[in-house]
Amino acid sequence: MLLIHCPYCEEMREEEEFSPAGQAHIVRPLQPEEISDEQWAHYLFFRKNPRGLHHEMWLHAAGCRKYFNATRNTVTYEIMETYKMGLKPSVTASEEGQS
Amino acid sequence: MSQVNRIAGSSKRINRNRTLTFSFNGKEYKGFEGDTVASALLANGVDVVGRSFKYSRPRGIITSDSQEPNAIFQIGSTQATTIPNPRATQTDLYQGLTASSTNGWPNVDFDLMGTVGKLGGSMMPPGFYYKTFMFPQSLWMSYEHLIRKGAGLGASPQQSDPDSYDKMHHHCDVMIVGGGPAGLAAALSAAQTGARVIISDEQNEFGGSLLCSTQQIDGQHPSQWVEKTVAQLSDMDNVMLLPRSTVFGYYDHNLVGINERRTDHLGEHQLQSTRQRVHKVRAKQVILATGAHERPLVYGNNDVPGCMLANAVSTYINRYDVVPGNQLVLMTTNDNAYKTAIDWHQAGRKVVAIVDTRSTSNGDLVNKVRKLGIDIIFGHGVIDVKGSKRVKGVDVAPINASNHSVTGPAKHFVCDTVASSGGWSPVIHLSSHTGSRPVWNEDIAGFVPGDTVQQQHSCGGLEGVYALSKVISDGFTTGAVAAQAAGKGEGRYAGKSPKTSDPQEDASMALFHIPHSKKTSRAPKQFVDYQNDVTAAGIELANREGFESIEHVKRYTALGFGTDQGKLGNINGMAITAKSLGKTIPETGTTIFRPMYTPTTFGALAGADVKHLFDPARFSAMHKWHLDNGAEFEDVGQWKRPWYFPQPGETMQQSLERECLATRNSVGILDASTLGKIDIQGKDAREFLNRVYTNPWSKLGVGKCRYGVMCKEDGMVFDDGVTVCLDDNRFIMTTTTGGAAGVLQWLELWHQTEWPELEVYFSTVTDHWSTMTISGPNARKVLEKICDIDVSNDSFKYMDWRAATVAGVKARIFRISFTGELSFEINVQANYGMHAWKAVMAAGEEFNITPYGTETMHILRAEKGFIIVGQDTDGSVTPQDLDMDWVVGKKKEFSFIGKRSWTRFDNKRDDRKQMVGLKPKDPKFVLPEGAQIVFEKNQSIPMKMVGHVTSSYYSACMGYSFALAVVKGGISRKGDSVFLPLSDGTTVEAEICSPVFYDPKGDRQNV
Repeated sequence: MLLIHCPYCEEMREEEEFSPAGQAHIVRPLQPEEISDEQWAHYLFFRKNPRGLHHEMWLHAAGCRKYFNATRNTVTYEIMETYKMGLKPSVTASEEGQS
Repeated sequence: MSQVNRIAGSSKRINRNRTLTFSFNGKEYKGFEGDTVASALLANGVDVVGRSFKYSRPRGIITSDSQEPNAIFQIGSTQATTIPNPRATQTDLYQGLTASSTNGWPNVDFDLMGTVGKLGGSMMPPGFYYKTFMFPQSLWMSYEHLIRKGAGLGASPQQSDPDSYDKMHHHCDVMIVGGGPAGLAAALSAAQTGARVIISDEQNEFGGSLLCSTQQIDGQHPSQWVEKTVAQLSDMDNVMLLPRSTVFGYYDHNLVGINERRTDHLGEHQLQSTRQRVHKVRAKQVILATGAHERPLVYGNNDVPGCMLANAVSTYINRYDVVPGNQLVLMTTNDNAYKTAIDWHQAGRKVVAIVDTRSTSNGDLVNKVRKLGIDIIFGHGVIDVKGSKRVKGVDVAPINASNHSVTGPAKHFVCDTVASSGGWSPVIHLSSHTGSRPVWNEDIAGFVPGDTVQQQHSCGGLEGVYALSKVISDGFTTGAVAAQAAGKGEGRYAGKSPKTSDPQEDASMALFHIPHSKKTSRAPKQFVDYQNDVTAAGIELANREGFESIEHVKRYTALGFGTDQGKLGNINGMAITAKSLGKTIPETGTTIFRPMYTPTTFGALAGADVKHLFDPARFSAMHKWHLDNGAEFEDVGQWKRPWYFPQPGETMQQSLERECLATRNSVGILDASTLGKIDIQGKDAREFLNRVYTNPWSKLGVGKCRYGVMCKEDGMVFDDGVTVCLDDNRFIMTTTTGGAAGVLQWLELWHQTEWPELEVYFSTVTDHWSTMTISGPNARKVLEKICDIDVSNDSFKYMDWRAATVAGVKARIFRISFTGELSFEINVQANYGMHAWKAVMAAGEEFNITPYGTETMHILRAEKGFIIVGQDTDGSVTPQDLDMDWVVGKKKEFSFIGKRSWTRFDNKRDDRKQMVGLKPKDPKFVLPEGAQIVFEKNQSIPMKMVGHVTSSYYSACMGYSFALAVVKGGISRKGDSVFLPLSDGTTVEAEICSPVFYDPKGDRQNV
């Protein structure tokens, strides 16, 4: 059971208030009709499954109903940071020397 | 029977003034308050407490703690209060307790399966069940029946639990697991910094190993120090003490799960109190002070009742004044176990011999034993035990541990108890729960906690620190360090450590498996895991058969699979594997312990979240009317919706036919309050709808309604419903009943993550409105009577909405139709729902207005070919597959969600499953929903399946049965015949047709 800091509520809350919402920072192509099926398929279906740092979205479902981002270690379950939608992570895999 | 093994000791842990009567396997016994079921049975001289799982050998009590593999009972006197598989060693005795063995058939003293075990010992190697019973597979059911009857563990209660349970959440600075000397010292030291401390212990009182120790602290009996320390802690407001509380799991981010047994020790079903309570503790720092478990040695016939752990024997003597036998042989690899011989001797019973596997020792305890005149045989081992239901003697032989051999002839000793000690294993279970890999410590021949990402400390026995003075000082230090890490204190313990003098001990021998003069496979059975009858020979056989990874050995032999989860046998099993493979123990590694530490009741885990508190039920404002009018209900999400309204004597089918005909011919009424309703506001609301719906919304005027379909980005239909334009910047979106929450989350996802620049807000208003749909040719005549606006077709057109007053209350009326009939959906504030409903019913009386439920709604809409998302679609169906290209906007500027995916190769295939209607050749036959469809009737199995039935009904209005289905390339196959092979072996024929069966031009809804 994780303890998660909601960057909008600015509080640590129990995991049961949240639901995971998948990989973060996937940008929807601005002109979907102008890219190939393969590129579109990558946007649709292909997701990272790293051993180590992962940037992912969470929804504060039983709280403020806001989506936000988290940087989490998929091995240790440590959450390095949570940050608002639209912001960039401050902890990234290259800094940690992990993939 | 009298308590033959109870001596006139001086233990304060039992209360001799309170005698308790209990029954075991139908016989009555007596014990004292403070006893466990195990100590009371031993006091009464009960040897056989169960039968082993596979060989059905008689088994006795081995341990005094959570390691116990044999004494696991069915406890409780009724089918409501019975509990399967608690350990007798951890079950406090209460007046009237009823216990029985969980295995042994017909009973533990005469066991039919025991014969099988004796005859078939060599016939039941590891992997026996896989090897034997899988062939022929068809006979498994009959084998299983017999095996289950003969073996098996406790039975589940057959009636619901009468007790109540609850949960509490806590936050603290320092959580201490274990209330022995290390834990108590840590608690005191941490609490003195002002830190908020919680300390829990699984036993009925604090003290841990000190409860059965005779080693003095500050010149007094150790219980004095325990009492003083517990009193100090109890006086502090910042300390919470939880006895009888097992930490069953240590979870991520320092969450500790504790099960507190509040009334189990008082008796069954205590009305006045919560029986068990789960505490969820989120701690800044966790100190594990879980101590160590003694390891038994593995030797021939080491499962005969009377073979016990050395420390368990000492515990029964010192804590419960129970000596579990008369003549003791002690086998040990270390000095520490000599305490047991001293305890036995001082209890006035005979120590036959101490068999020490080492060549010699000059430790203080050994010398003390020498002075007592007890025979010590160095360099020897107990290689075999004689006896069946009780130890009758042992064979002792000289052994060479390094080449695993017996080096001389065996000598026989008469005795009735064999105590063994192979050293101690730190209780690393909790530290393993969060993924920390244990590390082998050669000095103590045991695993200790490895690196962890948790804010975790460990001290005392768990770290391999066993000398009492060091354990206590380690506790004080660790408590202060943990408090400081939580922001309290200076990191040093300011108080004084009590004085204890530890006996000097010589080195132990790392020995796990005692050799026999025959090789292991031929030797008498040497049990490693008692609960699953895993033997040393079995492990070696598994290794020979190629199972080398310890995880594979575990699964093949079932080592560590019992309710004790390998507490007693795992280290020995790993050591035997390592030896047999020629590896070291660290190379072999260990399996990882997972929650629960000991079995936890479902009641405790469920807490108060049972019955109506498990999942809330939602009711519309008209629910009581439905009840009063005999509705049958169905669950839709959390909602209770009327399914149909049977009249007295009607079958369901008769009700449905009556409801359908009444609606088509006059007027029906449906409670549609449960449909999801989302209020969407903002200047960009219209643009947002354009992006999430497939159809265009730019030109929908105020006062108009429009049906919309929503797809996921992969192009598949995900929800549908009617959205109403209240104002240029305000819409009410309706969703399917079950999809409401998901749709709201979907809208929020896209707004928050992709298009935050759009000014739009979403709010769920499902519960704000009561909605009743009146449908049928007389709908208008009913509405006219109670409505203040002109509802004629000229001024209130199909797909319009109007604000009005209905039955005196404000209403929004949507002229939309899900039945194909002239329909009005009347929405009033939820509080007026019942009032408006009754007014509509009164107005409709002259037209025989007929309430109908979800089933009639489904039939009527299917007759019109209207889909239900989730029934006719399954997440792999596009609007084009549904032949609903008309709902797709062709000129929308923005590439709305789902659009791009329709041009993907896979979605353009012309053999996709497409929605069609089906007419069975037999007009009375209703196809089963889910039935598979094939094109060719005569095919060999497996047939080529080309689709399935999604909705199927008998239509009273049309007089024949019909269905909706998805069929490969179905849209261009109209008029073709298909076949449906059914589960009863018959095949029926049906014709593909348009999914719109009734009023295909839509005239009826436009009148």
